[in-house]
Amino acid sequence: MVLEIRGLRVGFDVPSGRLPAVAGVDLTLRRGETLALVGESGSGKSALAMSLVGLNRDPRTHISGEVTFGGRNLAEASERELRSVRGKDIAVVFQDALAALNPLHRVGAQVTEMMRAHRRMPYGTAMDRAVELLGEVGIANPRASARALPHQLSGGMRQRVMIAMGLANDPAVLIADEPTTALDVTIQAQVLSVLRRASADHGTAVLLITHDLGVVAEVADRVAVMYAGRIVEQGSRDEVLFNPQHPYTIGLLGSVPPIDGPVADRLPAIPGSPLTGVDRPGGCAFAGRCAFAEDACTEQPELRHRHGEPGHLDACVLPDSVRRQARGAGPDPQPERPERPEQLEQLEQAAGTERDLVRNEKGRS
Amino acid sequence: MTSPPATSATSATEADGPVPAAPPGTPLIRAEKLRVEFRGRSGGKVRALRDVDLEILEGETLGLVGESGCGKSTLGRALLRVIEPASGTIDFLGLNITRLRGTRLRRTRADLQMVFQDPFGSLNPRRRIADIVAEPLLRARGVSKAEAGPIVAELLERVGLGAEAGPRRPHEFSGGQRQRIGIARALASSPKFVVADEAVSALDVSIQAQVLNLLSDMVRERGLTMLFISHDLGVVRHIADRVAVMYLGQIIEVASRDDFFSGPAHPYSEALLSSVPSLRPSGRRERRVLEGELPDPANPPAGCLFQTRCPFAEAQCRTRMPELRTVAPGRTVRCHLPLVTGPALPSRAQSRKADPA
Repeated sequence: MVLEIRGLRVGFDVPSGRLPAVAGVDLTLRRGETLALVGESGSGKSALAMSLVGLNRDPRTHISGEVTFGGRNLAEASERELRSVRGKDIAVVFQDALAALNPLHRVGAQVTEMMRAHRRMPYGTAMDRAVELLGEVGIANPRASARALPHQLSGGMRQRVMIAMGLANDPAVLIADEPTTALDVTIQAQVLSVLRRASADHGTAVLLITHDLGVVAEVADRVAVMYAGRIVEQGSRDEVLFNPQHPYTIGLLGSVPPIDGPVADRLPAIPGSPLTGVDRPGGCAFAGRCAFAEDACTEQPELRHRHGEPGHLDACVLPDSVRRQARGAGPDPQPERPERPEQLEQLEQAAGTERDLVRNEKGRS
Repeated sequence: MTSPPATSATSATEADGPVPAAPPGTPLIRAEKLRVEFRGRSGGKVRALRDVDLEILEGETLGLVGESGCGKSTLGRALLRVIEPASGTIDFLGLNITRLRGTRLRRTRADLQMVFQDPFGSLNPRRRIADIVAEPLLRARGVSKAEAGPIVAELLERVGLGAEAGPRRPHEFSGGQRQRIGIARALASSPKFVVADEAVSALDVSIQAQVLNLLSDMVRERGLTMLFISHDLGVVRHIADRVAVMYLGQIIEVASRDDFFSGPAHPYSEALLSSVPSLRPSGRRERRVLEGELPDPANPPAGCLFQTRCPFAEAQCRTRMPELRTVAPGRTVRCHLPLVTGPALPSRAQSRKADPA
């Protein structure tokens, strides 16, 4: 166990109140594994990842809980302590490599700087290691590429430079936030194989944040699905993808049009949109969009083992028969619902009408 | 390649009224030797479209796929006369619209609409939703504001926003809802042809499925013809009847949806398809990870444009540019050694045996 998260909460102060981006998450990351954190925009996956190393610390951000790494609680560590961990023991690869790299410095020098920031090392030695790293992540002619400025490289190459920087200090944990989202599928496949090789060769634990279930299928060992700031399902890749238990996971998997197998006439879409505002009614956050919600869903469900292999956890109180029905349901499942509790109607309204604060902010930046 | 009878073409050119409807199976819009050039960084010309020939049939949805920078969006925009081609022609229902200007162009535009990718950048933040949706009606169809009102209200209802969305402004809506507004706007002038350029790519999967369902409903209800541009092959497979693949400004394969996904004919199409991660328990498929990247369009390679990345390239591929040719009914491919061959052509296996070098 490299990293242990207990009861992590992240709240952002926004004009309308405090946005509970992460509402109590427990998660462990083991050595050498790739754990995919899956969720849609506003589900809190990036807020979670950034708060692990204090990258979103700000007077308007409230982080609480425990992030245990090497016997320390990073959630309460000083900025100075965090700086010694960040980039050395826990490295971060961002989605937008062009924004994350300094446009005025040659990429080789940027990889070098990553090493020299954390240990005393002659520049020449560091540069040799940087060139070696660039070669390892599949950059052709690394010696020459090290002299390139970021804009002279393509998107896929820049993303590899980011990964090389991430691996520069042989970190115990690599947090990769949507590392392939901006890339074409052909390049995405290349970058993912680099990531997979790196984690195998260095024993690095990778926390992969993504919304792309195909990427999860490709590289993850374990998967945690986030919805409205909480983990709703967690387990091995095969369990979560091929034996999903939570109606949200089932719906999410069903929404992806496959590239093989029969073509559905209509996609089984999840109605409504996620809760993203400051007001979160109690109970299961997905109940408002769930075709199978019932009275019991107005209570906040716990994430625990309910079905399938040990280690497969979910936060849904519905019985097995309903889950089977959810999995087998064709397009637009509309089961009979005799009576709907009033609280549920409120949840539904919240899901349908709430505006997407987080996404709007993203769109503006 | 059946061209419409000359008589109907000329009469349509002369007619000033609405363009006559064509029987199904005939091309609604056709590009011939369409070439688009942009000025490159070093001042030279970069060819974004290299003499593209493409027919989109009445009532079909054609999926256009390829990597970023291959010219998919340029082709979509050129067909709508948003980008001026350097040469070539665009035929819309037998009418050559390549050089239309003024009122005639505006009237034709009513039949040619677009749904954009970016749900944030494509709606004017200062305008009310009703005005945004009414715009093409007022401009291209010459409808009065009063007449547009009920049409807009009905459209907003149909795309699932409700007429009460009319007086509100774009910032009040989420990404998925804005995309619905974009669809309503594109449909306002009752177009015959819609280009959807990465229309669902910016949306989360659960929302993407809703918007995809809406788009395919609209196509079905209104008998629309659509060019659906996307880099997402799963989405294309779901919505398209036929698929066209672009590489470096050229169409390299056109096939029916089922033919394409069950066995692409061009090595590039195959590589593209095999790069898509599968979500099935059969799991991590045999993947052919394509080496290298899209060549610089300002300095395209000699011969076949794909030869620098093609695992099968041989001598002729490095010198001779393959033509887009028919290898099976309804199936064209631009490759000397296609993976799927018609009866008249030597198959890859045979050509290998005959010439082991």
